[in-house]
Amino acid sequence: MRALALALRGFAREWRSGALGVLLLALTTAVAALTGVGFLVERVASAVAEQATQVLAADLRLRSTEPIGPADFQEAARRGVRSARTVSMLSVVFLGDRSELSDLEAVSAGYPLRGTLKVAREPFAVGSPASGIPGRGEAWPSSKLLATLGGALGSTLSIGAANFRVTRVLISRPDQGGDFTELAPSIVLNADDLPATGLILPGSRVTYAALFAADRARIEDFRQWLAAHRRPGEGLRDIAEASPQIENAVDRAGRFLELASLASVLLCSIAVAMSARQYVRQHLDSVALMKTLGATRALTLSVSLIELLLVAVAAALAGSAIGFAAEQWLLHVLRGLINAELPPADLAPLGMGFLAALAVLAGFALPPLLQLSRVPPLRVLRRDVGPPPLLVLLAFGPAAAAVIALLYWAVRDLGLVRDALLGLSGFTLVLVAAGLALVLAAGRLRGRVGVAWRYGIANLSRRRADSLVQIVAFGTGLMALLLLGLVRGDLESDWRRTLPADAPNYFFINIPPADRDAFVEFLEARGAKLSRMLPMLRGRLTEINGLPVERRAFRRGEGPGFADREQNLTWTATLGASNRVVAGRWWTAQDEGKPLVSLATEFQRSLGLRIGDRLTFDVGGEPFTVTVANLREVKWDSFQPNFFIVFAPGVLDAAAGTYLTSAYFHPAQGAALAELARRFPSVSIFDVDDLLEQVRSLIDKAILAVQSVFAFTLFAGLTVLLAAVQASRDERRYESAMLRTLGASAGTVLQGVLAEFATVGLLAGLLAAGGASLAGAFVAARILQVPYALDPTVFLVGLAGGAVLVGASGWLATRAAVAQPPLATLRAG
Amino acid sequence: MSSKPVASARALATRENVLKAANLCKEVSSPEGKLTIVRDVSIEIGAGESVAIVGPSGAGKSTLLALLAGLDTPTSGGVWLAGEDLTRLDEDGRARLRAQRVGFVFQAFHLIPALTALENVILPLELAGRSDARRAALEALERVGLAARTGHYPRQLSGGEQQRVALARAFVTRPAVLFADEPTGNLDTVTGGQVAELLFGLNEQSRTTLVLVTHERSLAARCGRILHMDAGRVMT
Ligand SMILES: Nc1ncnc2c1ncn2[C@@H]1O[C@H](COP(=O)(O)OP(=O)(O)OP(=O)(O)O)[C@@H](O)[C@H]1O
Ligand SMILES: [Mg+2]
Repeated sequence: MRALALALRGFAREWRSGALGVLLLALTTAVAALTGVGFLVERVASAVAEQATQVLAADLRLRSTEPIGPADFQEAARRGVRSARTVSMLSVVFLGDRSELSDLEAVSAGYPLRGTLKVAREPFAVGSPASGIPGRGEAWPSSKLLATLGGALGSTLSIGAANFRVTRVLISRPDQGGDFTELAPSIVLNADDLPATGLILPGSRVTYAALFAADRARIEDFRQWLAAHRRPGEGLRDIAEASPQIENAVDRAGRFLELASLASVLLCSIAVAMSARQYVRQHLDSVALMKTLGATRALTLSVSLIELLLVAVAAALAGSAIGFAAEQWLLHVLRGLINAELPPADLAPLGMGFLAALAVLAGFALPPLLQLSRVPPLRVLRRDVGPPPLLVLLAFGPAAAAVIALLYWAVRDLGLVRDALLGLSGFTLVLVAAGLALVLAAGRLRGRVGVAWRYGIANLSRRRADSLVQIVAFGTGLMALLLLGLVRGDLESDWRRTLPADAPNYFFINIPPADRDAFVEFLEARGAKLSRMLPMLRGRLTEINGLPVERRAFRRGEGPGFADREQNLTWTATLGASNRVVAGRWWTAQDEGKPLVSLATEFQRSLGLRIGDRLTFDVGGEPFTVTVANLREVKWDSFQPNFFIVFAPGVLDAAAGTYLTSAYFHPAQGAALAELARRFPSVSIFDVDDLLEQVRSLIDKAILAVQSVFAFTLFAGLTVLLAAVQASRDERRYESAMLRTLGASAGTVLQGVLAEFATVGLLAGLLAAGGASLAGAFVAARILQVPYALDPTVFLVGLAGGAVLVGASGWLATRAAVAQPPLATLRAG
Repeated sequence: MSSKPVASARALATRENVLKAANLCKEVSSPEGKLTIVRDVSIEIGAGESVAIVGPSGAGKSTLLALLAGLDTPTSGGVWLAGEDLTRLDEDGRARLRAQRVGFVFQAFHLIPALTALENVILPLELAGRSDARRAALEALERVGLAARTGHYPRQLSGGEQQRVALARAFVTRPAVLFADEPTGNLDTVTGGQVAELLFGLNEQSRTTLVLVTHERSLAARCGRILHMDAGRVMT
């Protein structure tokens, strides 16, 4: 009780004097960074999932060769999970005497549950979202189908025993297949019309699908229920099997945001540590006096603890409010990228904010506080008596624990946390060593410079601990900021590079070798920009190192998934621009004809393959055995044709295959595409304009998110500066008053301070630039997978930033004191 | 934080010495080797006595005062304050004893800047767990002539006023012993005189034992006994 009363009184008073202000500011920023940014990262992650679900047109897709009974749909309805059905089959569509094989998609109301169906009024036009599905008796054929049939809006198509009127042209549907395996052009019907066609007979090859969507928690529960109640022949696909194209870009944005929130937390922790040190310093006298007057250690400790607890509560409230506001703003900015079906906001962030504030305080402020309560009462008589030194373990243990906990909370990735910690500890050690060297050198140097510098440099070596703290704090803070600035630039330019304005927006598949040259000529004559032409064959992996795939025992996380399916294969002499060899080596001219294969890492990992493994593929009934020569990382978001499996040239040449390519084409050239469809009827055309547009706007949003979060981190850096200013203000004030009393001019005093702080700043800036360059290379390569160019300007920025920031903090701290007559300061001291 | 029972006032009165030191030594280690600051000091001070400790700068006066008040622990020897053996109490035990029995006045005033004059005076009463703290504190401030300044913060008060607040704070708990280290050292002669007046008035009226360290002859001369200190020894 007594402690509470004392704490409240002290708190109110200190509040007014601004002593707790910086601590509160730093803590508030930390909480805001953790709640706001952390939350945003989560949303971006779910946006990735959301984008991925569009490929399924649902969150969950159950496929079967048998009709799916009502039980699953009833259970879904009971759980508040939305559902829809599709039935797909290959069928011939007639228009007059023309006919074309097509992929019939009969869909029920509500389809698609994720993504949109885009339609237009003529083939190859720009699509707009359809409202609903085709009505009874209506059909929406795809551009290619309608163009090959020579029909238009209003034509009557016959399918089986029924007739359909064309009311729209299908431009794209979300589940049209990211891997371009369904080569027949599609046509969408209303599922209720399917019986009338009379196409579904015993023995027809029909695929039934049930589509489900709901918020994440519900869908996860339902997924488990479905998995438990699945019947033979039913296959369940969920967002884990997503298309990699969008995931790549968004995933990296998420990674950067994580990194930024890490940096903010780190910066705020530094600020908290500095202000806690200052708090302790300011309270040494009071606590010693309280003890002299008969206060026990427990009482003095409770008083400080309660004060800090009050700060934590205030920081949690303010921080989560700011975090919430920032988050709302970002959500607004990122509208469209974010899933609408997330659970509504609740008070959880507040609790989390409080926990975060407590963790930062416990890690960085508690040890010095425990220390504070140990100051001997003797201090009232002998000013130089301070608390006994902290045990190293006690000084760094809680801080390390807090950093680990917060890092983990922010990124949920143990590997990343470990790397970050290793890097940070290494960097801190370097800073301490450099700081010690500076302090020692300063001690030597002080005799040889002018009075202002002597005063500044003498300070450096006299206040050894403070100088070290400043170098470590500013060095780490600057490093975090520089690092973030570096990788942000790399990330942004990489994004912009991968998707230039003329990125291919059409894919052409199934080009017969005989038509190849005519096809290229046709497109180029119409101004299309073609990317390289690659051969494409279908093949199945049958053996790994002579062992049939079915007999291979897969380890955890690996599976026969890839081996089950037919794969698209290609061969080429040159490595594609969006490919990077990560192991082994790419083939040279001498390797032509050698049985070598290159694998994308996704494929390699899923089967647990290694360089040197021998794989046997069945291509058109003929076995080909090849050795794994290298592994590639592929940027799937580049919209270039890419393959999991690439053979060396000269191996597959004899096998029959077709070609594929992609091209950039103006949407206005829709008529040319219709002509193309007629002249090369076997060629499948995929319009990826929508997808491209999606990815582009997504990247723009991601860049905006990255920039806003970076601004946040800069602010966190500012709190460090403030903490430093505050930490040295009182002492500087007294000291400069003393110096001036002894006859030093205001200019000399300021020069001295500037000398001291600029030296610290230059050193911290130099080391920070070095650290950031190293860490940047690591982050770019390992975390963001972007090319990294060592940027020497980072050193300039580091040096200038360090000198200016640290110098400014010292100058600000001293200026007020210097401007005052010395007496005022000495009396107040 | 219940206060530990200490010797009752009646028991004290029957005992002769309120403060006793036997063979007190204080050594510290310094870069130049071991340093003995207080050498084999034995003194006995009775209830109501006033004792001045004088001597050249660096003689060890402040150190001795700290040892007698239990602010510091001796290297060897013992201190008994109000019947309690300080060497057998821990830090918190000594703090409790100080809260009940000891008052302090320092050269540098040592008020808590975050608290008003009144709150500064209330503080030791609260620490000692006394009721009617506010009334007693107001009385004490009135007695030092600062009834009008109760709501002021230390930095709004002059040096002499601050020292008078410190004095009010020291005697408000009616301590058995009041320690003062150069209580007038920072004050001009007139103000110093006022503070001294208050100190000795207290000593006479409340039979509070007064132990003060001072450089001022006039102040020392008003004490019942003067102990000369030099190089850590008390001369007799
Ligand atoms: N912890 C310590 N470490 C080293 N030296 C100490 C320590 N404590 C006291 N001293 C030294 O012991 C000597 C006595 O100190 P003390 O403060 O008791 O002197 P004093 O008589 O009060 O002097 P003054 O009249 O100047 O206040 C001084 O030389 C002081 O520097
Ligand atoms: Mg002294």
